Amino acid sequence: MAAVAAIFIVLTGHIMKINWFKYASPASFYPLAGKMIPWFAIPALILAVIGMVMGLFVLPPDFKQGESYRIIFIHVPAAWMSMVIYLAMAFWAIIGMIWNSRLSSMMATALAPTGAIFCFLALWTGALWGKPTWGTYWVWDARLTTQLILLFMYFGYMALHAAIEDPRRAARASGLLAIVGAFNVPIIYFSVQWWNTLHQGASVTPTKSEMAASMASVMLLMAIAAWLYAIAVTLKRVRCEILDRERHAAWVSELVDEAK
Amino acid sequence: MIAIFRTMLSRELTLGLRRKADALMTLFFCVIVASMFPLAVGPEPALLKTMGPGIIWVAALLASLLSLERMFGADYVDGTLEQMVISQHPLPVIVFAKVLAHWLTTGLPLVLISPLLALQYGLEAQDGLILVATLLIGTPILSLLGAVGAALTLGLRGGGVLISLLVLPLFVPVLIFGAAAVDDAAAGLSIEGHFSLLGAMLVAALILTPWAVASALRISIE
Repeated sequence: MAAVAAIFIVLTGHIMKINWFKYASPASFYPLAGKMIPWFAIPALILAVIGMVMGLFVLPPDFKQGESYRIIFIHVPAAWMSMVIYLAMAFWAIIGMIWNSRLSSMMATALAPTGAIFCFLALWTGALWGKPTWGTYWVWDARLTTQLILLFMYFGYMALHAAIEDPRRAARASGLLAIVGAFNVPIIYFSVQWWNTLHQGASVTPTKSEMAASMASVMLLMAIAAWLYAIAVTLKRVRCEILDRERHAAWVSELVDEAK
Repeated sequence: MIAIFRTMLSRELTLGLRRKADALMTLFFCVIVASMFPLAVGPEPALLKTMGPGIIWVAALLASLLSLERMFGADYVDGTLEQMVISQHPLPVIVFAKVLAHWLTTGLPLVLISPLLALQYGLEAQDGLILVATLLIGTPILSLLGAVGAALTLGLRGGGVLISLLVLPLFVPVLIFGAAAVDDAAAGLSIEGHFSLLGAMLVAALILTPWAVASALRISIE
């Protein structure tokens, strides 16, 4: 016990020694992000390949839903990511507002397209799964409706960001929108849920059997792959964002000269 | 603080009353939208009766959306808004007065015209009254949330469409409980829960949105 505590103290000591604020500057974060990308992208690829092979070929079909259940290996991680990424956007927006750091608002901007893609993917795979299972592509189920509204909120965020010319105002305005939206997501979720139960009861919830351990572990694998992918892509996008916003800075022109 | 609130409110109301056409336009828009639906879905009385509350709510929602751009637009163009932002008075109070005046000139007329629309859709008298009550609680929430969108999109190209994209998702809970209360009352169910939730949303919006609008205005003005 004491040894664990000692290791913990030493480790935290080392972590505290790193000057984290150094990496709040776009110029020093840019190379760091470049170094970090392979560490997330390669494991994401490996885990996704393993998860896909296991999920699509190795695991047996579900005794109730047959082959169509296999969509959960994409669908569930995508749905999780779409919500987590919105909260992450709001988190970076809040950090950006408090410390007025440019990098955090760039992070929020970089997250939005990935979140929207995951959101769309969750809706699309859900529709494809709904047809064989429920007999229809779309029902106004609480979760589907919330997901759809979340997609609209991503679009709103990106549209506002794109409509404002001045990058500083764009970052701050869309950040505020992300924060207001994050407060509203739970309210929307619960109101939609209540609306749905009031109107049509739980007729559309699938009679889910307890998920087998093998399926759950493959799904977890895919969820981790989705996380790693999202981080890698966001870092890549934030690098582009940094170059775009800092294109008049000296270090960017040095970088360009080196590349030549 | 109360003095600046009162001054702002009377200024906004005076301006609103002098521009009667603006308020009337919103009102007529709501009536026209509500009148389009029977033409589109057919004049079946039973169908219209079930769809009525939802349609009237959507019409009111679209109408208040349409009027949002005017909330800060004119003051932004002539620089008055900038003076308000840099004045020593608390900006949330100024914002609150502006939103209240906006609701009084555009939201309240919608509430007052709604019994007529309810009649058009053949709602029972009591259901019509409940519709009026939900609109009375709901439309101020729309004005408050809409003010955030209006402040964020000040002076942008295509601001009007952009506002809709930003605030319509936020309007969803209000729409759900507003329309559901009337439906449930018609079905003989209890509607206390709906009113409690609408009331809770109104209180939360009253407390939180003036600050959000104030910071959005600061972002847009600087």
